[in-house]
Amino acid sequence: MTDSPQGPASPHELVLSLRGVSKRFGAVSALTDIDLDVHAGEVVALVGDNGAGKSTLVKILAGVHPPSEGTITFRSKNVTFDNPSAALTLGIATVFQDLALCENLNVVANIFLGRELNPLQLDEVSMEIRSWKLLKELSARIPSVREVVASLSGGQRQTVAIARSLLLDPKLILLDEPTAALGVAQTAEVLDLIERVRARGLGVVMISHNMEDVRAVADRIVVLRLGRNNGVFLPDATNAELVGAITGASNNSVSRRVERRQPQGTSTQERQQP
Amino acid sequence: MTSDIKDDVAPAPLMDRGDVRVTHEAGASGAIRSFLSRVRSGDLGSLPVVVGLVIIWTVFESLNPVFLSSDNLANLLFDCSTVGVISLGIVCILIVGEIDLSVGSLSGFASAMVGVLWVNQGWPAWLAIAAAVSVGGLIGSLYALLFNRVGMPSFVSTLSGLLAILGLQLYILGAAGSINLPYGSPLVNFGQILVMPHSVAYALAALPGLVTFATGVRAIVHRRQANLSSQSLGTLLVRAVAITVALELVVFYLNQARGVPWMFGLFVGLVMAMSYSLTRTKWGRSMTAVGGNREAARRAGINVRLIYTSAFALCSMFAAAGGVLSAARLASASIQAGTGDVNLNAIAAAVIGGTSLFGGRGNAYSALLGIIVIQSIASGLTLIDLSSSLRYMITGAVLAVAVIVDSLARRSRVSHGRA
Repeated sequence: MTDSPQGPASPHELVLSLRGVSKRFGAVSALTDIDLDVHAGEVVALVGDNGAGKSTLVKILAGVHPPSEGTITFRSKNVTFDNPSAALTLGIATVFQDLALCENLNVVANIFLGRELNPLQLDEVSMEIRSWKLLKELSARIPSVREVVASLSGGQRQTVAIARSLLLDPKLILLDEPTAALGVAQTAEVLDLIERVRARGLGVVMISHNMEDVRAVADRIVVLRLGRNNGVFLPDATNAELVGAITGASNNSVSRRVERRQPQGTSTQERQQP
Repeated sequence: MTSDIKDDVAPAPLMDRGDVRVTHEAGASGAIRSFLSRVRSGDLGSLPVVVGLVIIWTVFESLNPVFLSSDNLANLLFDCSTVGVISLGIVCILIVGEIDLSVGSLSGFASAMVGVLWVNQGWPAWLAIAAAVSVGGLIGSLYALLFNRVGMPSFVSTLSGLLAILGLQLYILGAAGSINLPYGSPLVNFGQILVMPHSVAYALAALPGLVTFATGVRAIVHRRQANLSSQSLGTLLVRAVAITVALELVVFYLNQARGVPWMFGLFVGLVMAMSYSLTRTKWGRSMTAVGGNREAARRAGINVRLIYTSAFALCSMFAAAGGVLSAARLASASIQAGTGDVNLNAIAAAVIGGTSLFGGRGNAYSALLGIIVIQSIASGLTLIDLSSSLRYMITGAVLAVAVIVDSLARRSRVSHGRA
């Protein structure tokens, strides 16, 4: 216990550490015995097929679901979050895949939802200024922060959701498919933003299906398969290795295509066993 | 160098006007244009209720010229206040997307409690009223407990509450079934005859315009300082003057006969307090968020259960307060109180005023506007001497029309990208 959770993160400090985390929904084991480490100033990509348990893992870290088993260590303290606000207070911000925005509220109200300035007489001007600043940092193209979210496009909503996650100066940001709904320019902006967040010394966990995006920003790639750890890779791993780990087979349509083109691939895989 | 000079001369662009793709309407014609486009996309606001009110008043005035007499309107305002307060609670519960069907029974029970505690048991009137409202809050908290912990749908829990509370009302009234409140007591005077002195009424009617102007000017100054766009001073002045002139005219007309009832003043005061709480506080923002997207609100760290509890408790407390007012209005607490159309009128008023049954949309003023429509219909039908059978049918039809307008407007809003 060297510093409080509110203090600044020292470089390369272990921000988050999961050991043996499992989650069962009735008879279904969504996650089994998951280990995961995230350091300050590091982008960890979480990849896996549909149903591999990526979103479940993010929801556990965000405090949406409690884990069935296992320990979560956040900044060298054992933590349990009973609800999303507990995770937020600790410094874990989440951008969910379904964004979790209130469509009937405007952009400012959504960004400040649950953290309004001056609760008894809302300080709309200060909130609007802060919202514009956050959105400008993201080079966001939001026409008006006084429009309700229902009138925004998918990409604009994603930007609002990311802006909201940065509001509280978190120590760890979880991004669930941050680029799935974005156009080319906006994807590049979000990837730039992720690098800016990393440079500020925050830990980032990012889920993505897009291997290009993952390779572009991730420092480590953690593969989940059927709810279990299935290897940790560096971003220079080949597509064949990643696809093999994700699908659990070295002989599949993607790997066969790669082999036809370039028969030799050097292995950079480093199995990590704690 | 020339470009440098240009940069110095050109005013800095406003922070919220940087995007060229958004059209920003300016001036009076712009305000009218944006209003029309809002209406066309289904964001109707208070428009249906204003149109409805004009039609209703024209029809009844042509059938019976007494309808729009200042005396009858004062009576109307007395009647509005009782169910209006109940309707204010319904607005709260509808905003979070739930419903309370027991407000009628609860108002009857509250009036019975005041009758029993004050008249029969000899409690001070204020203590009896406080007890009735507190019991209302407890019953609302019980609904919230059932909703939050057991997951009981609110329409079922409150429907069973409707019957159970009616039973309580009959039980405490006993065999007599009716308690007369003493004429001449402050409570009954308040409910039946007390009106504001003319000067006070004029002064209070000037207040909304002044407040609108003062807060508007403050907002303009703050936004200019922060380099944000703001409405023009002229538009604000026109609006404030229009509000003041309209209200003063209404007060002038009412002062021709009896004047403005204090009870109506209390109702409007409650509406304004609720309007402030719903739009300008964190609690109100959370209510709207929970009604719009419960899961998003939960993930934003809002204590959703607490918000539901506050909505249920507030709704029941307003229902109890409305019951006390109607006891004062009728000078009696009987087994008839709160039965019949009270429930439906309270819910209909909120919906007619523009609060959505689907949650996440609504404002406190919809209770005020809606109840004036409902009571106008009731008063007009009484004046032209229609039987209560026809009155029920017509009120039912009006509610159906209001909900149809709400549903169609909602569909249109979805297709036009408005929440």
